[in-house]
Amino acid sequence: MTLSHFSAVLLFSLFTSIVFGITQRAEPKKMVRLGALCFALFVVGTIAASWAMWLIKH
Amino acid sequence: MTTKVQEPAAAGGKTGSRAAAASGASPALALLAGWLVPGAGHLLLGKWVRAVLLMVSIVGMFAIGIALQGKVYTPNTGEPLDMLGFAGDLGSGLLYGLARLLGWGQAPVLVAVADYGTKFIVVAGLLNIVAAVDAHSLASGRKPS
Repeated sequence: MTLSHFSAVLLFSLFTSIVFGITQRAEPKKMVRLGALCFALFVVGTIAASWAMWLIKH
Repeated sequence: MTTKVQEPAAAGGKTGSRAAAASGASPALALLAGWLVPGAGHLLLGKWVRAVLLMVSIVGMFAIGIALQGKVYTPNTGEPLDMLGFAGDLGSGLLYGLARLLGWGQAPVLVAVADYGTKFIVVAGLLNIVAAVDAHSLASGRKPS
């Protein structure tokens, strides 16, 4: 099996966000909101860190 | 004449206890089942939607890690980082036992994507511990619902 780096980020973020949402909130609506927030933060954070590393290198 | 007054904390505790009592699962059993089989703790408590989502997420993450040729840590390497990795892997419960039994994840990690696989396997174990503790909290009434 091969994955691109970005698809690995998306899968990691998706699965982790689902578990965080379910376990850290008690109501379904809040679970979805936390899961979506975690997913967005994982993906945006990874892209930001990637650009930061690129800028440091260049 | 009597007046029934329900305190918020007690209400939360009763709700959780009622869920555990209705399912007949003790907190320790929910914790153990949740650790051995991802999502089983929530399934025991009758929360099957959460159980399915947790199972798909954790087993999916573990399976992707194996498919990416990630490393499954063993307990006897003596390296501190390997021991931490082993502790994380052990969180997957029976999945870890299955991987060891079938010899999955024993090939050397040579490419970056395989290293991602190693991280997927460790994080799947850690997330399973979080899910099992959540099942324990639900069964004991510490988490209201």
